[in-house]
Amino acid sequence: MPVALFIFLATVSIISALGVVVQKSPIHCLLALILTLVTIGALFVALDAVTVGFLQIIVYVGAIMVLFLFVIWLLNLQAEPVPIGHLGLKFFATIAVAAMAAELFAFLARTKVALKAVTVAPGYGSIDSLAQTLFGQYLMAFETTSILLLVAVIGAVAVARRALPERSSSPKGGVAS
Amino acid sequence: MIVSYSWLMGLSAAIFTIGVAGVLLRRNILVMFMSIELMLNAVNLAFVTLARRMGSMDGQVIVFFVMTVAAAEAAVGLAIIISIFRTRETVNADELNLMKW
Repeated sequence: MPVALFIFLATVSIISALGVVVQKSPIHCLLALILTLVTIGALFVALDAVTVGFLQIIVYVGAIMVLFLFVIWLLNLQAEPVPIGHLGLKFFATIAVAAMAAELFAFLARTKVALKAVTVAPGYGSIDSLAQTLFGQYLMAFETTSILLLVAVIGAVAVARRALPERSSSPKGGVAS
Repeated sequence: MIVSYSWLMGLSAAIFTIGVAGVLLRRNILVMFMSIELMLNAVNLAFVTLARRMGSMDGQVIVFFVMTVAAAEAAVGLAIIISIFRTRETVNADELNLMKW
């Protein structure tokens, strides 16, 4: 990966990740999050994980983020004035975040993972090699994942649907949102 | 000069920290949820980086599973948020105190 490309992608991803946290309107947060995810997908591709990079774009940006977008539109969320309350909580949260950042970077500064350049086999990160690993060593986990998705879909429908009106004559079943 | 793996791990740590800050400092449930996605992606980046470093595909398969779990989590979580909003008319985490003692 060229250094200039890395610096560009890293800068964009950090700025847009900060945008997720600091912006008022949820829709702007979501757009910043999409930009972060696309940048991370580009980093995946640059790290020879081509299939996973494109899956990142398709699954995250194409499916999960659209789900977020629909929910924001469905709830009709506007930028609300941020309430000031719980300053003590924010104070301690800031201290906790700073401590965690210091810990992570201190840990990273001491590790020696980094320096050796590794050449990988041709075909690394292709659909072929991903499928060989996924359907060989991780077959049981893959099948379990399908059950997890099924349960999640049923659970989401069960939680989000309106309660059925019990023989009432009014056609409207719940609070219209 | 080449891009060393520790730079990528540093980027991953930075994004993870920003995600933690979002969960702890924001009070909008949806934004907290987005910050969780941010943390998941930071970890994914670390997985892909270390998989490249090790020259093995295992890390990428784990990323695949993390994406699946994130999709399931987003579906259920957003359903809960819709359900909460329908009854309480709010997405502010401070006003949802039913389970506090």
